[in-house]
Amino acid sequence: MKLFSLILVLVSSSFFAAGSVAVIETYEFSSPELQQRYRQMSAELRCPKCQNQNIADSNAPIAQDLRRILYEQLESGSSDSEILDFMVSRYGEFVRYSPSFSGATAVLWLAPVILFLLAGLIVFISLGRRRGLADQPPPELSEQEQQRLQTLLNKAERDN
Amino acid sequence: MPPRLKLFLPVALFVLLAAFLFRGLSLDPKEMPSALIDQPLPEFTLQDLHLGTPITRSDVVGEVALFNVWATWCISCRVEHPYLQFLADQGVAIYGINYKDEDEAARRWLTDLGDPYRANIVDTTGSLGLDLGVYGAPETYFVDAAGVIRYRHVGVIDERIWRSRLEPIYQELQREVTP
Repeated sequence: MKLFSLILVLVSSSFFAAGSVAVIETYEFSSPELQQRYRQMSAELRCPKCQNQNIADSNAPIAQDLRRILYEQLESGSSDSEILDFMVSRYGEFVRYSPSFSGATAVLWLAPVILFLLAGLIVFISLGRRRGLADQPPPELSEQEQQRLQTLLNKAERDN
Repeated sequence: MPPRLKLFLPVALFVLLAAFLFRGLSLDPKEMPSALIDQPLPEFTLQDLHLGTPITRSDVVGEVALFNVWATWCISCRVEHPYLQFLADQGVAIYGINYKDEDEAARRWLTDLGDPYRANIVDTTGSLGLDLGVYGAPETYFVDAAGVIRYRHVGVIDERIWRSRLEPIYQELQREVTP
């Protein structure tokens, strides 16, 4: 029992430790609405250094800077699109997890739709062909085939 | 399509996929184009590391120059330092942007290791770095005589990279000045 509670304490403390690493710094917001927007945007902005993390999850110095800027701009009354423009003009479309639609990102945005339609088309065609085969009446046997079938059937009966 | 050829379809798909994946092996995802290519060098008013006087954009533009983002905490910067010195000795204009660093440590570094820079811009808070889209050090920006950023190199500059990739860009910018 003692061992069990010790393990429990160790496991739960490791959870707390992980949590305290993820939350790196705290900002006081003047309104809950700003805090909500901060949470949303820091999840959508991508860390330029670590590449596969958003700035909310990253511990890189540049992610800290971008979080501070995000906080300052939110508090000074900038709109979401103004903040995004600020970030994109410095770090490129790369910093957005959902980049705006343009010539360069068209493939990115359209590929899922096109692939889905393509898959649908393939399923439609192959199902249609299979149904077409099933609907056809079985081919008629020729006179010769009919005779052969009959002798085979007769032979089978005799053998039984 | 003849049914026989259809049998080769999976092979063809595999070869296509393999070609893409093979290409992906030699691509560096860290190599991102800077958003500031063909944009003017941002305005700034910061301190000169040695003089302690204000230094602005107009003090550093007017000729083809390299802007090297460095810091004493950056180990790769120490690696590329001798080569920057070599380039400076060849007459390449290099300005330093001392990024999020301590002035005292930076001055000591330049005294100990040599100073390849025309001047050093003190960017303690990283504000100029932010305007440049810097996300680490070292990074080096190639700025033409009109003060427009033309190329950004992320990572160490060594002889191999200079000879193969950066020198042609530098020469091109020089040619624009003296046609």
